[in-house]
Amino acid sequence: MNTCPDKVVHMMHDYLDEELSQENEKELKQHLQECEACRTHFHELKRTIAFVQSTSHIQAPSNFTKSVMNKLPKEKKKVGMERWFKKHPMIVAAAVFFLLMSGSLFTTWNDGKEFAFTKSENIVVDGQTVIVPQGEIVEEDIVVHNGDLRVEGEVKGDVTLINGKRYMAGAGTITGDIEEIDQAFEWLWYNIKSSFQELGDLVQSDEKNE
Amino acid sequence: MELIIKKRIKQVLKGDQNAYGEIVELYKDKVYHVCYRMLGNRHEAEDMAQEAFIRAYTNIHKFDIDRKFSTWLYRIATNLCIDRIRKKKPDYYLDAEVSGTEGLTMYSQIQTDEPLPEEEVESMELQSTIQKEISTLPEKYRSVIVLKYIEELSLKEISDILDLPLGTVKTRIHRGREALRKQLRTL
Ligand SMILES: [Zn+2]
Repeated sequence: MNTCPDKVVHMMHDYLDEELSQENEKELKQHLQECEACRTHFHELKRTIAFVQSTSHIQAPSNFTKSVMNKLPKEKKKVGMERWFKKHPMIVAAAVFFLLMSGSLFTTWNDGKEFAFTKSENIVVDGQTVIVPQGEIVEEDIVVHNGDLRVEGEVKGDVTLINGKRYMAGAGTITGDIEEIDQAFEWLWYNIKSSFQELGDLVQSDEKNE
Repeated sequence: MELIIKKRIKQVLKGDQNAYGEIVELYKDKVYHVCYRMLGNRHEAEDMAQEAFIRAYTNIHKFDIDRKFSTWLYRIATNLCIDRIRKKKPDYYLDAEVSGTEGLTMYSQIQTDEPLPEEEVESMELQSTIQKEISTLPEKYRSVIVLKYIEELSLKEISDILDLPLGTVKTRIHRGREALRKQLRTL
């Protein structure tokens, strides 16, 4: 029925894609005015687009997100607990408060925590303080538990201080690595965490109910 | 929008699954709609849309954060639908005809209280006819038509989603429009 060149139809489509040059657009319009068959064709195309666009937007079923979330591979427990901590800061604060108030934390802490240190020929002990006297050189590593370390001479090894303070005299040097561990803090942290371990299960069921 | 999405994606990458829930919330309707128009069936559309979100989640580390998330998500969804269409048996066209009426029944179920005005029934019948015609389009034309006219995406974006050269996308749109024109001219 339509004997016009394919070019006209091509121009129609380019026009619909907004990709027809102005020059060709003029040519197309000219042709459409003169040719009824192409006018009909063009009209049908525009009508088709209008039909397709008239289809209403439908929404996903109401439980969609929930079903997707239930089907996801399980996340690591750690993140779940961290988020729970963030979400319930008051409970965390209260737990810390009770731990501290109960006093049990520091009494148990002090039980059996004795002053101890690595023996070395060149050191002097005064009360709970390990002293490296001036002029002395300690070749080996020094570890001090629950006591302080005072360095007036030189330590060539590594120094590890667990729950103690380090004093450096003017000429004192330590050439090895220095590590100071505040166990009280770490122990407190451990206690907080372990009291939440029980809550961990609660956290899980809490999330399921959400 | 893209900014919020990027923030959420970073949270998901850190292992926060809840952040992904927000992403699903934001895109569920669009993804579901594309799947519905591609497949012409609500149940299948739901399955495929859910699968698309699950795949996006498990592959989130492969997503290039500098690109548009929706493009990537549409790509997953359309590929799933195309696979589904290809796997279908020849009785598919029969299926499509049955599913064409689905929109109608779903719609009337929602509005049970009052009878629908005649023009609304007409418009619903028209809608299901259009959907049926879209469903009978060959898959390669169907996907471009759905993305262009239902999701109103640019040709460039469609070429990104379908991983096809721009020229191919144009040709398919032209042919898809012609095929639909022939099917819908009698309406
Ligand atoms: Zn003509």
